[in-house]
Amino acid sequence: MIPTAARPTLAIHKFSSCDGCQLALLNLGEGLLDLARMVDIRHFVEAGPMDEEASVDIALVEGCISTAEEAERIRRVRANSRYLIAIGACATSGGVQALRNLHDAGAWTADIYAHPQYIDVLANATSLADRVRVDCELYGCPVNGHQVLAAVRSLLSGVTPLNDRDKLCAECKRRHNVCVMVARGLPCMGPVTATGCGVLCPTLGRDCYGCYGPAENVNSAALGRQLEAEGMSKEARAGRFLFIHSNAPEFASGGSSGED
Amino acid sequence: MERFLPTAQFQRLINLLRRDGYDCVGPRVRDGAIVYGPLERVEELPVGWHDEQRPGHYRLARGSGRRFFDWANGPEALKPLTFASREVLWTVVRDGQGSLRFCEEVPEVRPTAVIGVRACDIAAMHLQDQHFGYREYQDPYYNRRRRALFLVAVDCARPASTCFCHSTGDGPAAHAGFDIALTELDDGFIARARSERGRDLLAELPTTEVTPDHHAAAGAQHDAAVAAQTRRLAGRNLKASLFAHLDHPEWDAVAGRCLSCGNCTAVCPTCFCHSVGDTTELDGRRSTHHRQWDSCFSAGHSYMHSFVVRDQTVLRYRQWLTHKLGTWHDQYGRSGCVGCGRCLTWCPVGIDMVETANRICGGDGDAQP
Repeated sequence: MIPTAARPTLAIHKFSSCDGCQLALLNLGEGLLDLARMVDIRHFVEAGPMDEEASVDIALVEGCISTAEEAERIRRVRANSRYLIAIGACATSGGVQALRNLHDAGAWTADIYAHPQYIDVLANATSLADRVRVDCELYGCPVNGHQVLAAVRSLLSGVTPLNDRDKLCAECKRRHNVCVMVARGLPCMGPVTATGCGVLCPTLGRDCYGCYGPAENVNSAALGRQLEAEGMSKEARAGRFLFIHSNAPEFASGGSSGED
Repeated sequence: MERFLPTAQFQRLINLLRRDGYDCVGPRVRDGAIVYGPLERVEELPVGWHDEQRPGHYRLARGSGRRFFDWANGPEALKPLTFASREVLWTVVRDGQGSLRFCEEVPEVRPTAVIGVRACDIAAMHLQDQHFGYREYQDPYYNRRRRALFLVAVDCARPASTCFCHSTGDGPAAHAGFDIALTELDDGFIARARSERGRDLLAELPTTEVTPDHHAAAGAQHDAAVAAQTRRLAGRNLKASLFAHLDHPEWDAVAGRCLSCGNCTAVCPTCFCHSVGDTTELDGRRSTHHRQWDSCFSAGHSYMHSFVVRDQTVLRYRQWLTHKLGTWHDQYGRSGCVGCGRCLTWCPVGIDMVETANRICGGDGDAQP
C-alpha cells in the first residue's frame, strides 16, 4: 500500500440530495476498497471519515445548491479542493429539487409543511457549476460508481477525465437491444440522453427517462414532437423532459411544445 | 447444384451442420423483433410471423401461415456476427519493474452457421469484407469471425414497405456469397449450393428433384417480391448529384427532424465506423484497449485537437449520406447502400432516407434502375 502521506487525498461532500450517489459509491464493494488503497479518504460521511474542512486533491460533490448555507459552503469546498467533480443529477443540473424553480416554491412550502417558518431555502435550486468552477461533471440519478472510479483514475494519471456525452442509443445498439420506441412505441428519452448508465432501463424492456441528462447536440424539439405524434399528451411530454433535469436547458426546452 | 428439400426434412440441415461442428444461429423472435439467436430446432424459427415496417415503426404479428421466413428483416444484419459492437484489441500490464507488457487479444471464434441470411445482408457483408480486408491492412478480429461463417441464405419473399434492395441490385434473391441458398415454398425449399462445402452438405440431405411446378412457384414469388418494392433510390450512383447539391434546403429540413442519435448507422449493415478507447484499472497496473461501434452522428467522429469539425446535425447528416451514397463509389466501387431499409424503420422519428436523398438529387441521379 502507498504510505498515507504519499497518497492523494479525497473528500466526498453532500449538498441537497437523497444520498443516492454516495450509496452508489458504497455499493462499489471491492472497487471502494481499491479506492481506499489508492487515495486517502478524508471526508465521506456515509462511510465514516469526517473532516468537512479538509484540503484535498479531489472532491466528489453530490447534491444541488438549495440554501444560503450551501451557497457559502460550496465556495469553501472549491477553495479546499484541487479538482472538484460534480456527481449525480442534483450536482450537475439541480436535479428534482430544481422543479421548484418552475413554480412559486414559497407557496408549496406553505401548503406542505405544518411549520413552514423552519424551511429556509433559496428561490431556485441550482447545479454546482452555477456557483463555482467545476472540473468535471458526472451525470446520473444516481451516478454510476464505475464512472466515478474512471474519473478518479484519470486524475491520478494526470489526464482529463473522459466526458462521454454520446446518446444512450449508441450504447443500446451495442448491447443488441431491440429499440423499445420503434418496436413498442414507448416514449424513450434515449435519443436525447447521455450514455453512462449501462443502458439499464431499455435493457430491461422499459423506456429511458433521461436521468443521465442531455447528450451532446440533442434535438429535444424533434423528439418531443415524435412523442406527441405517438399519442403522448403535452403534459406527459413535459413530465418526461422535466422529470429529473428540468434545469438543464436542453431538457427544459424539450418539455414544451411552444417552440416546435 | 439445385435440389428440393421438403419442409419435413428441414431439421436435417441443422443436424448436419451441428454434426460438422457448427454452432447454428438463426432468426428468432425476441423483444418484439426478429433477431439472430442460437438455433437447435426449426420450430424455434419465426414460423408464421410477419413484420410490419414503415419509417420509425416495426411490429410483429403472427399469422396462420406455416412458413419459416415469411418476413423481411429485423434490426440486426450479419454485422454483429463479424464486426463486434465492442471488443478488446489488446491489454497492457505494468510489471514490478515498471515496464509495460502488451498482449494482443485475439477473439476465440467458433465455426458458426447462419440460417436465413437475406441477400441485402450478404451484399453488405461483402462491402465490409472490402473494408476490413483492405490490402495489407487486414483486420484479424473481423477476419476471424468472418471466416468462421457458413451462410445459408433465404430469398426474400415478403419485402417490407421500407425495402428497396431491388433498386440497389442486391435482392430480393440471393445470387452469390453464400454456401447454400433456399427459396422457401409452401411445402419445402429449393436449395442451391454455391460452395464446395455447401454442395457436400446438400448431397447428404434427403432431397428430391426440383420440379417445373417448383420453379414456376419460385418465379412467381420472386416477381411478386420485386413488384412489392415501390421505394427506390434515384440511381445507383448519386455521387455527382449529391455533391452538386451540398446547399440544397432539404439538408436543413432533415436536420430539423434528425435526432443525431446514430440509430441509422448502428443498424446499417455496411457502416463500419468505430472509436477506440482505454479502460485502466484503478491501481493503474493494467489497461485494456477496446474498440466499439461509433457513428458519424457523434461528436467524437469529427473531433480534432480541441474542436469538433461537424458540430451541427446538418453537417453530420450530410456527411453520412454523401459518404454512404456518394464517396463509397470511390472507395469500394459501389454505393454503401444495399436497400435493406433498416435506417428508415429504426429511425426513432421515421426519417425516410430514400425520400431525402431523392429530393436532394432532384431526380437527376443516373438513370439506372
